[in-house]
Amino acid sequence: MSPSIELWPPMASEYAGRVDLLIASFGALVALLSAPVFILMAFFAVRYRRGRRADRSHREDRNVWVEVSWSLIPFVLVLGFFVWSTKMFLDQRSPPENALTLTVVAKQWMWKFQHPEGAREIDELHVPAGRPVRLTMTSQDVIHSLYVPALRIKQDVLPDTYSQLWFIADRPGVYALRCAEYCGTDHSEMIGRFIVQRPEDYARWLARSGTDEGLAERGGKLFVKLGCSGCHGPASPVRAPSLAGLYGSVVPLEGGRVVRADEQYLHDSIMLPNKDVAAGYKPIMPPFGNLIGEEEVSQLVAWIKSQADAGRAQP
Amino acid sequence: MSRRTSQDAIPDTREERASYLNAGQGLGSWLLTHDHKRIALLYLISITFFFAVAGCAAALIRADLLTPEADLLSNEGYNRAFSLHGIIMVWFFLIPSIPNVFGNFLIPLMIGARDVAFPRLNLASWYIFMAGGLLTLAIVVMGGVDTGWTFYTPYSSTYSNAYVIGALAAVFISGFSSILTGLNFIVTVHKCRAPGMTWGRLPLFVWSHYATSVIFVLATPVLSITLLLVALERIFGVGIFDPALGGDPLLFQHLFWFYSHPAVYIMVLPAMGVVTELITAAAHKRVFGYWFIAGSSIAIAVIGFLVWGHHMFVAGQSPYASAVFSFLSIVVAVPSAIKVYNWTATLHKGEILLDGPFLFALAFIGLFVVGGLTGLMLAMLAIDVHVHDTYFVVAHFHYIMVGGTVSAFFGALHYWWPKITGRLHSDLWSRVSAILIFGGFNMTFFPQFLLGYEGMPRRYHVYDPSFQVLNVMSSVGASILGLGYLLPLTYLLWSLRYGKPAGPNPWGATGLEWSVASPPPKHNFETIPLVATGPYRYPLEADAPDEGEGEKEAERV
Amino acid sequence: MSERALHDPFTRLDRQREADRLGMLLFLGSEVMLFGGLFAAAMVLRLQHSHDYIAASKEMHYWLGGINTAVLLTSSALVAGALEATRAGRARLSGWLLGFAIALGLAFLAIKGTEYAIEWREGVVPRFSDAKLHGGPHELFMVLYFCATGLHALHVTGGLTLLGMMIWPKGAARAEREATTLGNVALYWHLVDLIWIFLYPTLYLAR
Ligand code: HEA
Ligand code: HEA
Ligand code: HEC
Ligand code: CUA
Ligand SMILES: [Cu+2]
Repeated sequence: MSPSIELWPPMASEYAGRVDLLIASFGALVALLSAPVFILMAFFAVRYRRGRRADRSHREDRNVWVEVSWSLIPFVLVLGFFVWSTKMFLDQRSPPENALTLTVVAKQWMWKFQHPEGAREIDELHVPAGRPVRLTMTSQDVIHSLYVPALRIKQDVLPDTYSQLWFIADRPGVYALRCAEYCGTDHSEMIGRFIVQRPEDYARWLARSGTDEGLAERGGKLFVKLGCSGCHGPASPVRAPSLAGLYGSVVPLEGGRVVRADEQYLHDSIMLPNKDVAAGYKPIMPPFGNLIGEEEVSQLVAWIKSQADAGRAQP
Repeated sequence: MSRRTSQDAIPDTREERASYLNAGQGLGSWLLTHDHKRIALLYLISITFFFAVAGCAAALIRADLLTPEADLLSNEGYNRAFSLHGIIMVWFFLIPSIPNVFGNFLIPLMIGARDVAFPRLNLASWYIFMAGGLLTLAIVVMGGVDTGWTFYTPYSSTYSNAYVIGALAAVFISGFSSILTGLNFIVTVHKCRAPGMTWGRLPLFVWSHYATSVIFVLATPVLSITLLLVALERIFGVGIFDPALGGDPLLFQHLFWFYSHPAVYIMVLPAMGVVTELITAAAHKRVFGYWFIAGSSIAIAVIGFLVWGHHMFVAGQSPYASAVFSFLSIVVAVPSAIKVYNWTATLHKGEILLDGPFLFALAFIGLFVVGGLTGLMLAMLAIDVHVHDTYFVVAHFHYIMVGGTVSAFFGALHYWWPKITGRLHSDLWSRVSAILIFGGFNMTFFPQFLLGYEGMPRRYHVYDPSFQVLNVMSSVGASILGLGYLLPLTYLLWSLRYGKPAGPNPWGATGLEWSVASPPPKHNFETIPLVATGPYRYPLEADAPDEGEGEKEAERV
Repeated sequence: MSERALHDPFTRLDRQREADRLGMLLFLGSEVMLFGGLFAAAMVLRLQHSHDYIAASKEMHYWLGGINTAVLLTSSALVAGALEATRAGRARLSGWLLGFAIALGLAFLAIKGTEYAIEWREGVVPRFSDAKLHGGPHELFMVLYFCATGLHALHVTGGLTLLGMMIWPKGAARAEREATTLGNVALYWHLVDLIWIFLYPTLYLAR
């Protein structure tokens, strides 16, 4: 955001520093592997220039051992980096349990963020420093990609699919947030600010954002408004499974398979109920895909999640 | 100008009269020709034209990126500019460039055949190619597409308002040209070799084209069917790739990259073949490790089919799949490493002539190494998560495709120009343009590595002001690069009229193509040659015995 | 397709014949990859929506598909027979066999057409007559079905044209003892058959 030229992108997390280290080390490897090529080519071009006298005896035109070694040695060197970077990557894929979960809905061409306490913001993302934050992201239309260069991470955001990203931002400040996947006309203007605050500032910000109700509460209202409770409610005449305690449980499906009821499952059960039908029920639930947007779905999902501890009632 | 041999003196009149260029007059004799050499020239003219069109789009892009705001182009206009740039450069310039021009011209000459196996099919593929190309131009005139060259769904299938179907159709059509060309080359190499031209005696240029052709034949159809499905989805709104119906947009990406990753090797393998020829000819020395270089071409073609997932590390594919693709991407780099190091070793104790073609070959190697090793960086998961879809990627592939392949294309043009036209061109100017291109290129694309690392996403029209300095550098470099590309156009055309007659073998190189007149006669060889030795047997080499590999198989063919 | 004279790059007829054969094989390789994309799509659909996929597959007229499989297999066998007959110098017999093979090919298309008509009436043609389609995945399945069988039907038509050229206007290719052209056409016809043999279980018999 500063007008001057920055040669080193800002860092907002400890992880970013580790990525920089990885890149710098790989850069050194690149130099190491290409140096022989550059140096020897220049040297030979001068030394064995046509017309120049030089020792050209004992010329070789093959040497299997040399060739095998210069295929294998660089390969093994790079394998070391493979292990290093893959490990970092896989860690980056598994968020800790206690992470603060925010939901992200992308649409052409804006970012919408919802905090569990109910604060909602557009094109700005406030997070507390030093605390693991998990983003559950989905898109309303095409594929986007949430990219925070200062964290050195990005993740594509797909329609009808939850993807996730997590990080611990530990340096308060304001950083850039960009859409990295081409998404149409204003792709390059689908940018925002990533604001890391000290926990107390974050709490103050949350309080100030005037949130009367949390995400789950909103979902609860929707649940009634959309008529879900008409089927899923306790005294409903329709035979539909109770949703209390559903989240996180193992659901037997029609056809003998079982799935774990995670966010994606809840999402799909609402948008495309016929994809996986719970065992013992008729596929009569109407698809809500055309009726509600991703934001509403994420609220419903939050509500169903909040009912997780209620203990799964028998239908 | 002093040349390696004194064959300048050969009177050109008799030869010229008999050459393929004079064998028939009039437009009809060109447009209906079955002669592989003439078809090669048809391709040369058409792809040069497409290069200029897409180059103009590049000029627009770079001019627009001089400032962080949207001043030259609208957002929509910019998106169309880079989409057309990518689509035309990839499918109508780079993929057909070396194979269809030099492969067509040289493969029959190099293996001692009078033509490719199916001459009529060869002409047909040019027409198919032109049909696709002209359709693309029509689209450009009508207003263009804005999907990027990757056509990602659901944007391309549902959301874009541009002429996507036309563009899909154009690429679809040109695909058949690729398939037919590949098929033709494979059959030619298998069935049309001169007696004694064993597999071990094939020039490495032919090997690399053989590998390329395998990819042409096996990968292109996958692209065809994929584009067809996208078009159907767009026309009828029924969607295999549409998540709203339960379709899978990632499936599109898998299918697209299943073609497009192998396709990047279509773009580089022929260039590697060219560079091998240029290096040995300049060094006047036998290539180091013939079988390793030949085998590595095949290895690249085969392993190249297994790494497509490295374009999708953050797209949402399973992390374990990503890890496997990351590993395989390292494996596919090994054959490239073999080639690079073997070229270096070939120079050892050579008799190196620092002429234009050689400088282009050096430019290829240098830029390919940088592009390739940064490709390996991209294959590292944790690095790619940061630099994916940023200018780092743009820099990576321009280093290989432009710095690498286009340099090799120019090298080939300079090296075989005397064979193609019968005229010598200016050696001084060719060196100047090689250096100009190399310098301009680095100035254009090196800053883009930094931009990407700092987090400038690609396909960004409006960008953060802190990126401006590097962007201006890049645009200035692009102007130099553009000049560098224009320069050869002038002196090569000049040589057509004023260049000295080349004689059959101006470089004193080995290879059957240098044994016939320049330009070659219509049917290449009066009598089919009998091959008794391997390639690259330079005179200096005469003391080193051939280890009998020739005699063994001489009767087989 | 039917030039039997020695043409340009070749100096020997047997070479030229081998080249034609290899060219055909490579072309078939690319055809396999073309359909490969569709099979990949079917596999993904099957994995992601197994329930709907199986349900949709159960609604297919598997007996019509089954008859068609038999028809096409027989036709393929007849073409193989014609090839043998030609090699044995019995051009007339070969002609009859090819005629029957073509008739069966046409029957295949007729049955396929009937099937499409039935599906139209049932209302399971996405976007055009989709009254009975339930849910996205069902629609996707039908899209895939029409793409795959439609593309295959185009190939059948192409193959029939080629077979037709073997007996009409002159049938010279059929009389040639080496049966180069006929052999290549037969290869193509076998491929068309082979693709159907994979399409049939993929679309009709998914359980
Ligand atoms: C001609 C074209 C070409 C070629 C040859 C390559 C070659 C390679 N590419 Fe590249 N690539 C592209 C064109 C090409 N690429 C394009 C167009 C894109 C972007 C597409 C888009 O999104 O629009 C892309 C994107 C791309 C990505 C995805 C980036 C992203 O979107 O996030 C990745 C990731 O792994 C990658 C990797 C590689 C690798 C490992 C090679 C390897 O084959 C390179 C091998 C070469 C070397 C390694 C150098 C020589 C070797 C040595 C000097 C010795 C040392 C060797 C060892 C250590 C073994 N490429
Ligand atoms: C395959 C080959 C190829 C080639 C040769 C080039 C050549 C060049 N490319 Fe391109 N490029 C791609 C393939 C290629 N590119 C692809 C696949 C993409 C991705 C598209 C996408 O995102 O979908 C891309 C994207 C791309 C971008 C990123 C756009 C973005 O993401 O926002 C940029 C930006 O600088 C760029 C620049 C250039 C430049 C300066 C050249 C220069 O080398 C060009 C120099 C050449 C000339 C200038 C022509 C020579 C001049 C004449 C013949 C005379 C007429 C010209 C004038 C009067 C100026 N290219
Ligand atoms: C017409 C009745 C009906 C309505 C209205 C309805 N559902 Fe359902 N729902 C069902 C039935 C029946 C099932 C079980 C069959 C299945 O999985 O499709 C079900 C299954 C589910 C499941 C999966 C439960 C499990 O045990 O696997 C979720 C989650 C769900 N519904 C949420 C909702 C939400 C949220 C709404 C409102 C937006 C809603 N439903 C509206 C009838 C209904
Ligand atoms: Cu959203 Cu790019
Ligand atoms: Cu790739």
